Amino acid sequence: MSAAGSARRRGEASLQAIAHEVLTRPEAGLRLAVSRLDRRRFLQLTGLAGGGLMLAFSLRPAGAATAPARETVGAETLAPSAYLRISTEGIVIHATQPECGQGVKTAMPMIIAEELDAAWSEVEVRQSWISETDFGRQFAGGSTGIPRVWLPMRRAGAVARVMLVAAAAEHWGVAAEDCTTADSHVLHASSGRRVAYVALADAAARLPVPDAERVALKPREAFRLLGTRVTGVDNTALVTGQPLFGSDQQLPGMRHAAYVKCPAIGGRVRSANLDVIRALPGIDSAFVLEGNGDLTELKPGIAIVGRDTWAVMQAREALEVEWDETSAARDDWAETLAEARRLTDSQGAERLADQGDLDAALAGATTTVEAIYSYAFVAHAQLEPQTCTAWYHADEGRIELWAPTQTPQRAVSNVAGLLDLDESAITLHQLRMGGGFGRRLVNDPVCEAAAIARRIDGPVKLQWTREDDMHHDYLRAGGFHALKGGLDAEGRAVAWQNHFITFTADGRNPVFGGNLRPNEDLGHLIANFRLERTQLPWASPCGFWRAPGASVFAFALQGFLHELSTAAGRDHLEFLLEILGEPRWLEPDNTWALHTGRAADVLKLAAEQAGWGRSLPEGRALGLAFYFSHAAHVAQVAEVSVEDGQRIRVHEVTVACDVGPIVNLSGAENQSEGSVIDGLSAMAGQKLTHERGRVRESNFDRYPLLRLPQAPRVSTHFIQSDWSPSGLGEPVLPPVAPAVCNAVYTACGRRIRQLPISEQGFRLI
Amino acid sequence: MSTLRLEVNGRDHALEDIPEDMPLLWVLRDRLGLVGTRYGCGIAECGACTVHLGGSPVRACQVPAHAAAGQAVTTIEGLARPDGRLHPLQQAWIDHDVAQCGYCQSGQLMSAAALLARNPAPSDSDIDTALAGNLCRCGTYLRIRRAIHDAAARLAEVGT
Repeated sequence: MSAAGSARRRGEASLQAIAHEVLTRPEAGLRLAVSRLDRRRFLQLTGLAGGGLMLAFSLRPAGAATAPARETVGAETLAPSAYLRISTEGIVIHATQPECGQGVKTAMPMIIAEELDAAWSEVEVRQSWISETDFGRQFAGGSTGIPRVWLPMRRAGAVARVMLVAAAAEHWGVAAEDCTTADSHVLHASSGRRVAYVALADAAARLPVPDAERVALKPREAFRLLGTRVTGVDNTALVTGQPLFGSDQQLPGMRHAAYVKCPAIGGRVRSANLDVIRALPGIDSAFVLEGNGDLTELKPGIAIVGRDTWAVMQAREALEVEWDETSAARDDWAETLAEARRLTDSQGAERLADQGDLDAALAGATTTVEAIYSYAFVAHAQLEPQTCTAWYHADEGRIELWAPTQTPQRAVSNVAGLLDLDESAITLHQLRMGGGFGRRLVNDPVCEAAAIARRIDGPVKLQWTREDDMHHDYLRAGGFHALKGGLDAEGRAVAWQNHFITFTADGRNPVFGGNLRPNEDLGHLIANFRLERTQLPWASPCGFWRAPGASVFAFALQGFLHELSTAAGRDHLEFLLEILGEPRWLEPDNTWALHTGRAADVLKLAAEQAGWGRSLPEGRALGLAFYFSHAAHVAQVAEVSVEDGQRIRVHEVTVACDVGPIVNLSGAENQSEGSVIDGLSAMAGQKLTHERGRVRESNFDRYPLLRLPQAPRVSTHFIQSDWSPSGLGEPVLPPVAPAVCNAVYTACGRRIRQLPISEQGFRLI
Repeated sequence: MSTLRLEVNGRDHALEDIPEDMPLLWVLRDRLGLVGTRYGCGIAECGACTVHLGGSPVRACQVPAHAAAGQAVTTIEGLARPDGRLHPLQQAWIDHDVAQCGYCQSGQLMSAAALLARNPAPSDSDIDTALAGNLCRCGTYLRIRRAIHDAAARLAEVGT
């Protein structure tokens, strides 16, 4: 095995490890409904200097991770957990998870503030330090944030509230049961007394910490803050241009760096005109890094370090590199397309599911329908190109990182391995991300910055260009579905076959986003169902693009369902409801399994809100689609009109969504609106075309994002319930493309079976 | 390379050693520490680096800093009133909770401010035209529209 081949394998193994983290569901206790709280929790009591008590919740056993330095807390501060601090200075709640625009920096502290009964306007939110011991896994991905923290954060707030009440009761000489709380105060109604939390902190800090599992939590009806619209805690800083993002980091004496890698993934540096580069104005140094053999960490490349970003950008224009591409990726989209099209006529290489008697059902069907759906590879294109600032303190043998990453704890491990440092020698500051969308689950820029910093004196900021970002992404995998369906004489679906053609990097497992499981294919609700898979080789790494898999499977599966209902001459809503059948939870107690009743409810709600069935002028129509992903049931109706058979205007998208109780209604609506627009954006014109392993699209001129004039109205309707809450960063995206494409068919009679839709000559206006 | 004199947000700066072709964007960010003007594409496709030059919106990644000499440069850091009061657009952006990641919003605000300065009561279509050059990957366009209408209404109230 060649070095690059082995790097690819190691890279693939690292991606699978991240996939495991993304797919690891919050532990059983956190999956339970709000009212079912009595699951075993890990609880640590840690004595602190100063006599105060600190209570730390952990999602894994004590001692499983080294605890980094954290603030020490004296007796005058109530800090019953690492999540919050109450003192005469005020109420501080720590935002523990990485913020990439999904709104957790506001939403998660709201959960604590709710149970604490803190007045939101008095709460100061601060981004926390990194500590698995204090906070469990700090991580943004897989829409798992809210379900992960829902119970621990509520308990953190409730524990502090109970201690504050106890302190007030003791002070007044009354029973704690006779006291209530509101707006950061404890109240004693019968005597009319009232005392602020901040005044009680010192006394409360001296009290024993109650058992977090036994503190009473509020019923949903008692929520005062959760479910309301709260504006983002960073809004003022954002609109005044304050430094917040990774790329905004500035340090005294900071240098700027670029890192130039082979445009075909896996290539190495054979030679380069480094002497010429080093002599350029504003350039300090230029050197080759060999890479560490893991494509998700440090690829081989050339570091250029200089006075400012522009000097470095100019220097790379003058850089001449001869790449050794012996083992580099040679992916070619045109060849792949041809190969996949040949395969669609044949049987799949593997049979993943075979239910009933598919062949007999197809043979006996009154009507059969066949279609091939396909979608291209796409890039993340988060608006802030990758960046990280690092400072290697040689004298102390430690490194400091300022990193916008979705996986800060993994970044620490990555850098520890890369530089052969103990994790305790690494301090990582969490910075706001200019978009994540799954790209920042992989920490290659952090590793690059660390490796560059190791070689120079003082702090250095690595800034990728947009072109770097497009060429060194972890892609949303393309794919193909050859579908066959059968209908009986009454127009009921009786047969469903899906030959799924995807990609593999290691020759065994599908790439991430290419792992369609039988229970995700709604066809499995049809009596006779077969899912087959063929994997084509693909070397450029694939990763985690918002709603991985679901974001594209939905297009094929929900589009083909509409082809069936159309062939049957039936109403699509009625057809979908019939397939869903009786309300039932396909895997009881597993919130990550489809509940046909909740699915039917969102479908009916979307239809009702959008006026499904109403008559519209010619060339204008409604389209309906449903998808279940990330533990969320989402249905959408798109209203579109088609001009000249190819120009599509999306007028309105109506979203119905069930993710359990809503934490921050403003943030939730924002995620829904954004997901609709993101879905349209990817659908309209985004694709990467590889040639000799190189991505041809380099920037937004050839990789279009949706622009404001194309944005439709979006209305979102939540079914709020006592189901345990699930995340909202991803699940609204998958139904967008099929809802629109189904509407386009109804409006103009042309079926869209390729993403982006520009492949079939359609355009979004 | 002669001394570059730049007026940014009402303050004068004398800068040495600025190459002739160095874009205003990188002078603002790396030399003046005004990092609210952001880099997204470097080819004037995304609008994240929008600033005002002599009151008109420009993409700072395309304007050589030397070409900005002699004209007032306003960045997001200078959008609020000199007394610190927020521009009505900034307040509307906060109230309508426009941002998701927020990276593009400096540019969105600067384009919106230039629009309101010449058209105090823009229609949806005016907004579409003026903001079409500003990408938002998170998809906050609907809130941007609402916030601009709201800010225009607030300005009209103050004006009457």
